[in-house]
Amino acid sequence: MKDLIKKLTEAYGPSGYEHQMRQIIREEIRGYADEIKTNALGSLTALKRGNGKGKRVMLAAHMDEIGVMVTHIDEKGFCRFAPIGGVFPLTLLGGRVVFGDGTVGVIGMEVKHFERGKTPPLDQFFIDVGAKGKASCPVKVGDAAGFRRPFEDLGDRLVAKTMDDRIGCVILIETLRKLRRCAHDVYFVFTVQEEMTLAGAGTSAYGLNPDMALAVDVTDIGDTPEAHHMAVSLGQGPAIKVQDSGMVAHAGVKELMVRRAEQARLPYQLEVLTGGTTDAMAIQIVREGIPAGCLSVPCRYVHTPSEMVDYGDVQNSVKLLLAILGKAIEL
Amino acid sequence: MILQELSDAIGVSGHEDAVRKIIAEAVRDHVDELRSDTIGNLFAVRLRPLPRGKKARGAKRAFKVMIAAHMDEVGLMITGFDASGGLRFQPVGGIDDRVLPGKVLLVGPDKIPGVIGAKPVHLLKGDEWKQVVKIDSMVIDIGASSKEEAEKLVKLGQVAAFTTHYNKVGRTATGKAFDDRAGCAVLVELLRGGPAGAGARFPFDLHAVFTVQEEVGLRGARVAASAVEPDCAFVLEGTICDDLPKDKDTSPTTELGKGPAISLMDRSAFADRRLVDHLVATAEKLGIPYQFKQPGVGGTDAGAITRSKAGVPTVSVAVPCRYIHSPVARLSLDDFDNTVRLMRESLKRLTPDVLKRA
Repeated sequence: MKDLIKKLTEAYGPSGYEHQMRQIIREEIRGYADEIKTNALGSLTALKRGNGKGKRVMLAAHMDEIGVMVTHIDEKGFCRFAPIGGVFPLTLLGGRVVFGDGTVGVIGMEVKHFERGKTPPLDQFFIDVGAKGKASCPVKVGDAAGFRRPFEDLGDRLVAKTMDDRIGCVILIETLRKLRRCAHDVYFVFTVQEEMTLAGAGTSAYGLNPDMALAVDVTDIGDTPEAHHMAVSLGQGPAIKVQDSGMVAHAGVKELMVRRAEQARLPYQLEVLTGGTTDAMAIQIVREGIPAGCLSVPCRYVHTPSEMVDYGDVQNSVKLLLAILGKAIEL
Repeated sequence: MILQELSDAIGVSGHEDAVRKIIAEAVRDHVDELRSDTIGNLFAVRLRPLPRGKKARGAKRAFKVMIAAHMDEVGLMITGFDASGGLRFQPVGGIDDRVLPGKVLLVGPDKIPGVIGAKPVHLLKGDEWKQVVKIDSMVIDIGASSKEEAEKLVKLGQVAAFTTHYNKVGRTATGKAFDDRAGCAVLVELLRGGPAGAGARFPFDLHAVFTVQEEVGLRGARVAASAVEPDCAFVLEGTICDDLPKDKDTSPTTELGKGPAISLMDRSAFADRRLVDHLVATAEKLGIPYQFKQPGVGGTDAGAITRSKAGVPTVSVAVPCRYIHSPVARLSLDDFDNTVRLMRESLKRLTPDVLKRA
């Protein structure tokens, strides 16, 4: 599974520009699904049919990552940019970005305006793609870039630029590949635009109208030095969401997840996240409402170029999904 | 000219009736269906041409395109009365407190003239020169000398609008509410088939929707998109233009006279890249000028339409307008004409193939 994690986390796919991710995932799931479709906004859905006696279950992981979009190219060929999703200025200086065509840029800052001890705002940064002037600049206004940072295997712990949410995509792909004798129709949905508007998940859920939905995404932790208080740690098992700043998980879904984890003797943690939300928020409130929950992978340094997860948590997330799908679903 | 008529009309969010009436009259003879919904959106539908030799329209579902422009403008709502007869108010939509003092307004359906008074310069002391007067401490003066007198003329909850009249200056025009009467006027021109009134049809069912309440949360577009369920959508706007000289070499958002501004990403939505590419290809083929709007800035009805039901690929196209959300804006009439032209030519060439994915 580590090879797949490396492949997906190093791929290009800022929100709104997920076409390369969609191609990669389509290749990875070829032969495992009964039906593969792309919806109007670009979310990819793979259906694995059940025996007709189960429920219709939607699993969602988002393909997109945070990034930047070029807003202006100055006379000297430097590019100003807007954030795509939650980009923190603190993570930028000296970082590298990569555009869809492979062009690489480094991030510089207006030194004149720098005040010691203060993080400059986003509009004081720029991207330098090595152009010698506006005319020869290889990127254009509107080009989108993701951050560039290689995957690192630290043994039990894995680091990459976009565990959020490629690790969710990997978990969905692994679950699809391992799913056997399942009663339920399971829709594996790889969504778009989560980091900006949650537009992919809500529209996919509307189209599928499932009986239950789970988002699979990363969550914050409280186990680093002087972290905010949060009762989630790396390596203590997948987190079952109780609540975040966008949703209260459906109680029946949450309890089902806890019950299946205990029956399968899998480690798990309960999660209350005070800042942030997931695709499940958008899914929960479409049509007449869809019972939704979230399986979260604890992740350190979310929205930095070095997001860290525990490999055991990832493997147990796949096992927990299989345990949930392997039995009857009564909410 | 329809732009002038629409700019001069008053239609603060939630009170778009006068604008709806003008548009309905302007397009009535050019559409197959004209209707309003409960929230106040105006739908003007032009069906695709009947297939040759067939009485009934094809059994296959028609390709359906929605084009939205919002009728509402930012303004003020009366929220209270002073003992001395002044009207207290709150903004409807995004208004900068700094543009209000010294402005003339028309209040309520009876269009009572009022003015937001400002302290004369003679009386300003010390720091007052540097301070922004907050909206909470302003009143609209309608000449009433008591609360009772004011209440006879104006009712709580009525709205006030700016009074600037449309004025053509060379190849530019100034006026109020170009956001989004410019978009409404472009859409009316598209329905009327241009100055010749030839009534050119498009190869799909066109659902033109003049929406309400965009400035207060994209509310009209939300229900309109849900009703239409289009295959794709265009949003026509009058957008931000910040092209006056600056200290830094940074984005002007859009520039006057450089052509229609195509959106790529704003706070509300991502533009569908296939529709963007279709517009760009059409513009380049025909030599129509165009520009990209600075990504990350503003928001339009596209936000609501994109996320409607199972999702709608959408793009916004706008006429650049300096000083929007203030009592007066300026646009280029060449940009206006080129927006009509770019949209008409792009629509003529719009087929379901444009939305095919590789």
